[in-house]
Amino acid sequence: MDLGINVVEMVIYLVGIIAFAAGNAAYLVWVERKGAAHIQRRTGPKEVGPFGLLQPLADGAKLMSKQIIFPDGVDKPLFMIAPLLAMVPAVMIFVTIPFSETIVARDINIGLLMIFAFASVNILALLLGGWASRNKYAVISAARGVSQNVAYEIPMLVITITVVLISGSMNLKEIVATQAGPFWNWNWLPLNGNFLGPITFIMFYICSLAETNRAPFDLGEAESELIAGFHTEYASMGFGLFFMGEYANIVIGAALTTILFLGGWYSPFPDTVPYIGQAGLWWFLIKMYLLIWLVVLIRWTYPRVTLWSLLNLSWKILIPFSLLNLLASAGLVKFLA
Amino acid sequence: MAGYFTNILSGTKSLLVGLSITQKEFFKKPVTLQYPWESLEMTPLYRGHIQLVKDEESDTHRCISCGMCQRSCPSNCITVKGEKQEGVKGKVLVKYDLDFTKCSLCGQCINSCPTTAIEFSKEYNLASTRKEDYHYDLLKRLKEQK
Repeated sequence: MDLGINVVEMVIYLVGIIAFAAGNAAYLVWVERKGAAHIQRRTGPKEVGPFGLLQPLADGAKLMSKQIIFPDGVDKPLFMIAPLLAMVPAVMIFVTIPFSETIVARDINIGLLMIFAFASVNILALLLGGWASRNKYAVISAARGVSQNVAYEIPMLVITITVVLISGSMNLKEIVATQAGPFWNWNWLPLNGNFLGPITFIMFYICSLAETNRAPFDLGEAESELIAGFHTEYASMGFGLFFMGEYANIVIGAALTTILFLGGWYSPFPDTVPYIGQAGLWWFLIKMYLLIWLVVLIRWTYPRVTLWSLLNLSWKILIPFSLLNLLASAGLVKFLA
Repeated sequence: MAGYFTNILSGTKSLLVGLSITQKEFFKKPVTLQYPWESLEMTPLYRGHIQLVKDEESDTHRCISCGMCQRSCPSNCITVKGEKQEGVKGKVLVKYDLDFTKCSLCGQCINSCPTTAIEFSKEYNLASTRKEDYHYDLLKRLKEQK
């Protein structure tokens, strides 16, 4: 039976993607802890392995050896499904992400659409986890999370449509290909004629922070008010999956920002730093990890916003601006074409 | 309407300033002390449990077994015992016990001592699971210090 699929390649991608997602999730926790520590002039994990590098493995082993606890009155099926819904879509999304010109598991026409379809499942995990826990804090957190994600999905999608308008494609590889060349050709800088680039980029980055429930928009798990929010009642690997899902989502957010605005795998100086072979992969990863570092830095710099100002930012600033931005970009595309 | 835009701009600027501050702090050296491996010198006025002062001249304690400390202690945690020995003038200290479980570190014993034979130690690593570990034999402690 020929489905046009190379089985060996598929297995390699499958294993690679799961390893990449899980490895990133594990080691971003280390980056986060080390980063937080050094920003606060502490040292962070340093006992397990050199520079505490084995700490994620120790944490993983600890989580896996723990008992799964079902508190009284939880909705058991939903309670068990929720952590899976947090992690599985996150891994799924990696399928369409082009890490370089050649490294992409499934190069499909509607890659961008697929990413947003699966990304919106994340909020379902948050809602189910909060609802099924039978815990006041978890329910409050779920309600907050839903209102936040509804509010930020609108500007995020509008901004994505703006980028699609400029690139004329929903295929992630083609979106990157339209930004070929040095860094002033990329979507985030106005030098290629689209002077709205920086605004679009910043708005997208803010939305991606909010969509991944990261500080300063981490109202879903506001630990100082809601214990741990929707995953208060989770122990063992149920909690572990939520945690890994969160970090996998951060990686996806950064990867998507890289693809849409930072020219994907293209070198910023193609003439001086040539783009040879798999060098594109390294450029992609460098850009992606810089964005992830910014996410970490933001978490340890800004205090958490209130729900009120969080929703205000979306409904009063981001949505009107993104709509105006879409109109203006559409005009620009029409005018420049 | 003008306030709306200036608000956004000044807000953005302050956010960037904040980010640059945390990024700068990130590259500075940690200021914390890695406690079990490093520890601070205790300050001169730190009050640990009492101990017998080692006299530099005689190379032993200065206690004359008068029992002033025992009497002044509001918690009754000091037991001093001295006895007459042949050939020695005055009493000789044979026992100086401190029950640190009851001590409130008030320092009355040190104030009352006529020969300044006792002082606060700088001991603070005192965790234990047994009560008996806090019954100190200060005479033995002084001998071990030698």
